Amino acid sequence: QAVQKLAAAQSPEAIPTLIQVLGFNNPGAAVAATEGLINLGEIAIAPLMKNLDDYNYGARAWALRVFAGIGDIRALDLLISAATTDFSLSVRRAATKGLGNIQLSSLPPEDIAPTQEKIFRTLCLTIQDGEWVVRYASIVALENLTQSLKAFNNNYLIPQIVEQLTLLSQKDDEIGVQTRAKLALTKIKQEV
Amino acid sequence: MTEANLTPEKAIANLLQKEDLGMRYYAAWWLGKFRVATDEAVNALIQALEDKEDRAPDGGFPLRRNAAKALGKLGFNRSVEPLIKCLDCDDYYVRESAAQALEMLNDTRAIAPLMKLLETAVDGEELTKYGKGTPLGKPHPHEPYEAIIEALGTLKAKNALNLIKPFLKHPIPKVAYGAARAMYQLTEEDSYGEILVTALQGKELQLRRSALMDLGAIGYTSSADAISATFAENSLKLIAMKGLLESAIAKETEEKDSIHPEAVKIMELMDSLL
Repeated sequence: QAVQKLAAAQSPEAIPTLIQVLGFNNPGAAVAATEGLINLGEIAIAPLMKNLDDYNYGARAWALRVFAGIGDIRALDLLISAATTDFSLSVRRAATKGLGNIQLSSLPPEDIAPTQEKIFRTLCLTIQDGEWVVRYASIVALENLTQSLKAFNNNYLIPQIVEQLTLLSQKDDEIGVQTRAKLALTKIKQEV
Repeated sequence: MTEANLTPEKAIANLLQKEDLGMRYYAAWWLGKFRVATDEAVNALIQALEDKEDRAPDGGFPLRRNAAKALGKLGFNRSVEPLIKCLDCDDYYVRESAAQALEMLNDTRAIAPLMKLLETAVDGEELTKYGKGTPLGKPHPHEPYEAIIEALGTLKAKNALNLIKPFLKHPIPKVAYGAARAMYQLTEEDSYGEILVTALQGKELQLRRSALMDLGAIGYTSSADAISATFAENSLKLIAMKGLLESAIAKETEEKDSIHPEAVKIMELMDSLL
């Protein structure tokens, strides 16, 4: 509860304490601290990145969730490597979801399409993950990537995304994953 | 011994030899873990259910416990009778592993023997002293009630309803949750699902986790909001929500091929937990 109050204060001075809380083995407190850091936004990115190497896996997972929630472009490479290689499925899950929320508007215009393509290629890998929850997160990320492609008028990747989602909606081992892919297809088609 | 240098043949040979007890114990676990679903593996594991060599300091039978668990995972009908015999074993943990394995095998032959283990615990609508108590110096009740009740719920043992209902008031919360879970599976009455929803607000993380898993297992779709709001790891919440999602998908929709609105709502909540 103390953490909830601190998180709600939305003060940059709370950042070091909130970061510390991510390392405690207390999921309730970590959820509150993560939300607090996400709400603080960009300002939380640099201090989190500075400490990342010293973190235990639990804390890394929460930090990745913060990066994923804020969607800062500085975290892109971290998210890509975590999404594809981390041994913890909760880290892969959070990083994958985050790839769909990266804010690209701060990039030079000529870098936007290549970055979107890089994200798409990564999601084509995570969509083959052995864990259903990572495949599920990949679908959500692809759906969000479609929004970003439309926003920058880079529609050329959308047919490939639709193709990937169609495949999952028919062939995934998990009925839940299939259904999420169906939902994503419905949303993408509605918006076209 | 590591996973890398063990093969199904080697593991079965390790399980059948008599000299190295540790190797047998590990082999039994390994065959279940890697789902070696062959006749040879099942034969060796069934044989291990009667082992007398491997004894724990408390008099228990560690090898039998592992063998029973493994047999549950391998899914062969002919393990049902040997596992039923294990319900009479002196070792509480062998009985617990056997009840869990019988749940996984989902064979109705297990219903009557499982019910028999509940009889001494129930008198009319109340639990007996025996049912509520623990054996002297032991950390567990007289019988593995949680495993037994959950198995009866999965086996759709409607005739066990009166035996299970008194356990809703069992002093061990996990046993009481198990009863709520089974009662929901047997009656589909929301009031039993709501008991588990209330449990999501419990003080202990362990118990909230337990309630989460129970709600996921019964696919109680009305608990979606409560699940996403409870204080626990998102990974566990997502597993529970997947259970809800599957049960919402199974509901009929007005238009063929459309997604049930409840399923859409559950997925929206799941998205925010990723």
